[in-house]
Amino acid sequence: MTNHWIDYQHSDVFMAIGGNTAENHPISMKWIEKAREEKGAKLITVDPRFNRTAAVSDLYVPLRPGTNTAYLGGLAHYILENNLYHREYVEHYTNATYLIEEGFEFDDVAGVFSGIEDDPARNAKKYDRTTWQYQRDEDGNVKKDPFMQDPNCVMNLMREHFRNYSIENVSQITGCPVDTLEESYRMFSTTGKPERAGNILYAMGITQFTHGAQNVRAIGLVQLLLGNMGRAGGGVNAQRGQSNVQGATDMAILYHIIPGYMGTPQQAAHPTLGDYIEKETPETGWWSNKPRYLISLLKAFYGENATADNQFAYQWLPKLDGKDASHIAMYKNMSKGEVEGMICWADNPAVSGPTAGAKREYSAKMKWLVSVDLFENETASFWKREAGANPEEIDTEVFILPAAASYEREGNKANSGRWIQWQWKAQEPPGNCKSDLWIVNELFKKLQKIYEEEGGAVPEQITKMAWDYDGNDGQVDIVKVCKDINGYNVNNGSLVNNFLDLQLDGSTACGNWLYSGYYNDLDNPPTKRRTPEKEGIGSHLDWSFAWPLNRRIVYNRASADPSGKPWNPDVPQVWWDEDEGKWKTNDVPDFNVNIPPQQSAEIPFIMLPEGQGRLFSAFVNDGPFPAHYEPADSPVPNLLYPEATYNPISQRFYEDHVVETEEEKERYPYVLTTYRVVEHYQSGIMTRNMPWLIEMMPEFFVEIDEELADKLGIANGDRVAIESKRLYNNGEQDSIEAKACVTKRLQPLMINGQKKHIVGLPFHWGYMGKSTGAVANDLTPSVGDPNTTIPEFKASLCNIRRVG
Amino acid sequence: MKTQICLIDASKCIGCRGCQSACKQWNQLPAVETEFTGTYENPPRYSCSTWTKVVFREYRENGRLQWLMSKQGCMHCTDAACKLACPTGAIYHTDEGTVTIDEIRCIGCNYCAAACPFNVIGFDRFTNRAKKCTFCYDRLVNGMEPSCSAVCPTDSLVFGNEREIIAKAQNRVDHLRKNGNPEARIYGLDEVDGTAMLYVLADKPEKYGLPADPRVPFGTRVWNAIYGPLRFLVVIAVGFGLWANITKNRELDRGKEETQKGSE
Repeated sequence: MTNHWIDYQHSDVFMAIGGNTAENHPISMKWIEKAREEKGAKLITVDPRFNRTAAVSDLYVPLRPGTNTAYLGGLAHYILENNLYHREYVEHYTNATYLIEEGFEFDDVAGVFSGIEDDPARNAKKYDRTTWQYQRDEDGNVKKDPFMQDPNCVMNLMREHFRNYSIENVSQITGCPVDTLEESYRMFSTTGKPERAGNILYAMGITQFTHGAQNVRAIGLVQLLLGNMGRAGGGVNAQRGQSNVQGATDMAILYHIIPGYMGTPQQAAHPTLGDYIEKETPETGWWSNKPRYLISLLKAFYGENATADNQFAYQWLPKLDGKDASHIAMYKNMSKGEVEGMICWADNPAVSGPTAGAKREYSAKMKWLVSVDLFENETASFWKREAGANPEEIDTEVFILPAAASYEREGNKANSGRWIQWQWKAQEPPGNCKSDLWIVNELFKKLQKIYEEEGGAVPEQITKMAWDYDGNDGQVDIVKVCKDINGYNVNNGSLVNNFLDLQLDGSTACGNWLYSGYYNDLDNPPTKRRTPEKEGIGSHLDWSFAWPLNRRIVYNRASADPSGKPWNPDVPQVWWDEDEGKWKTNDVPDFNVNIPPQQSAEIPFIMLPEGQGRLFSAFVNDGPFPAHYEPADSPVPNLLYPEATYNPISQRFYEDHVVETEEEKERYPYVLTTYRVVEHYQSGIMTRNMPWLIEMMPEFFVEIDEELADKLGIANGDRVAIESKRLYNNGEQDSIEAKACVTKRLQPLMINGQKKHIVGLPFHWGYMGKSTGAVANDLTPSVGDPNTTIPEFKASLCNIRRVG
Repeated sequence: MKTQICLIDASKCIGCRGCQSACKQWNQLPAVETEFTGTYENPPRYSCSTWTKVVFREYRENGRLQWLMSKQGCMHCTDAACKLACPTGAIYHTDEGTVTIDEIRCIGCNYCAAACPFNVIGFDRFTNRAKKCTFCYDRLVNGMEPSCSAVCPTDSLVFGNEREIIAKAQNRVDHLRKNGNPEARIYGLDEVDGTAMLYVLADKPEKYGLPADPRVPFGTRVWNAIYGPLRFLVVIAVGFGLWANITKNRELDRGKEETQKGSE
């Protein structure tokens, strides 16, 4: 999130799109309701299902799964056509006035941007981005047109790009009636007025598509146009679905980043530290400090063994070899027998991964599997008869390490609003269950010993690591870990105050620069602070710590006009006091307060080299503007771009995996979407062992609309079979079963004159635990977004029929 | 007399059912074995181990969709039908204004359950006792709010001073009426002389599955009028029964002990 939960109270209009906030983030509704009650805020829910959020909304916008880009493109079109954007904001704080290279264009028939070419390595297309660059003068300065008249300025290119996203066209694509669309666009566009703020909150219903990153881009674009970024009550607010998933991302749980969102070094491009620094450090913007953070990170990893003479141990840092290391690719490698073993930590891909049935099959090709979880999960028991496997044929050795639940251990958790809060232990874990920290500490010490004794490929990676976290009585000293993450001076061990103290010369160590400052005082660490704010705008600066630098709303320079006057004086975040000649603040400023306001107004988005919000971004793999593409499994052609049904850059991993022919479209006529219910949690392994929760949501079910149920002769509670192309093998169609939930909350949608039905499945069930059921993800395709490789869980095609 | 009541603002309920599980957790009520029947609502009925639950109702009228959710359970009525129906006086109003079943005096006749206009009293077959929401009486007398309202994330459930809660409810109804809910209303202020669970509804009570006009059944009133004055006799009779039962049991136990000794 750019903002935080408590800040929701300042919003004038909420748009919950691709995120069922009442269901999956119930606490958000406390603040949404506060805003509605106290300032008459409106809530718009955009979702294929009339969900629990829609139930308490002012306006419900139905749409076909996988058409969010069209919806948001339509919103951008509406804002631009009716001149509802926040003009002063757009002129000063975004790249709307920048000129783009002459050769840039978008082909409306082929549905591609200039620079498209084959990418044989991925068996897909890719872009050469030469024409996507800013025009520059001889001195390297970007050429701009402050009056936004030049046809090649971003504003005009954007108008041109979205010209086909009329309400009528968007209605044909999404299936949402024209008047509902218009009403939602009108409502949200009111936040383009300077004093008003609009909040777009989303989750996996935006990201889990082959065009997921572009959906997020579209949200960013709309929020920049309306001047909602950096503003209290505004923002692009990704609501995180798991406890501490924000923390896990910050700590680089993903393969393409190392802690603090620095790119993972690649062997080919960055063989030396010098190469990495040269190629990955922009000249301007905050990331120009990257070398300080990387070298401090290396010092935290390798301690005394990292010196200026050995590139601070950079050569030991694992590097990407150019192969795709994402989830789907990893399982594909496993299918070829290339994965010897796996440590599956708090993860249950046999339920939560796409095409989960195939994953269980591939798992048998591994020699060993370690599962760390609270209960025996489906992934750890892929070899059992419950999974439909024959144990006699499987040689994989499986180890289960029982883990402590979150309330049974202490430590930091980062919430969606980037607040890093200490959580004290409530009780001891049962039996032999151990905290994750204890397990990783023991595991590392064993590994280090083995490498010391037996050697191996690049043993220094492990043997030279600085790892000293042992505490008393066989426990781990978590404070030692906190100190490492916060950062310290290596010469005297004193904790650094924040990342401004981090040095290039190796005199500081810091495990994650973004977290620096969260534990800078041993007696009163900021992460443990619990003093609520008495007066103010709800920033609560003395409650825990928010990265970066305890800043609650990022880019907050954009909350005031260039002269430093807040756009909304009722909720002042930062303001320039003319009389005293200095800034006054209700938050930690996200800009240099020592330069005049007009100067800081030129670079409100300090993380970017150009310092201004990107309506046009050359840094996205599948295009500088979001364009509507159908999901990989689509029931209709692309109405806007006839030659490009789905995202041409998207990641395909398997042949004959998604619905392509007309015959297949007839065989799988219904649009399938998957989702969560509040009673269960993720792959369900925790909640399906909890009788009180099972009582409320006892069985796997499938939601279908009344008309479809009528047509297929399905009544409430009937057993229903669901089929998809992923379960079609060697001419035989397999299926999964669920109980029918025939509901008014789903309705058929008219897509370009054809009636399309939507079928919904919660994905929480599996074959282990006290409540068992079929795995919904057996149906979903293994296709991914070209930027993140996130799988397309939210839109695919299926068939359903009554059983018996 | 009741001074503190609970507001159930159904217009803010998101059906997360935190209240439903918190009730089971605090009162240590076992889970009921259920099945999916086509609605999110479960368990299907109130019982000795389900005292409160969220009721889900869905409608589509003139193209307008509604999915109404509300926490329901014992209303703790002022004019409490269960109390009037109880032959042993086991059901009474506490000093806090809540309605409680005295388990010792309950004889399991189930008249209360039959009389309750809200149909929320369960029956425990093993102990032969009627069971229902206690308004977390054990928490109340220790200065804590009921477990359901304590966990509500959206402030749909709010516990507080009666006068403040009623004012809050009235404000909320005004707000709802101004914002497209002409049928919004308070429920439980005049009904059965007022309840300690006061609702704000965005629509008619029937649409939430609540009775439009809850009343003490006529039969219960007649029965109470005739039988009420004689209740003390029943108490004596029940007391005698209990005494006889205990003595008998003791004799039986003694008998058992003797048999055991004999067999040794």
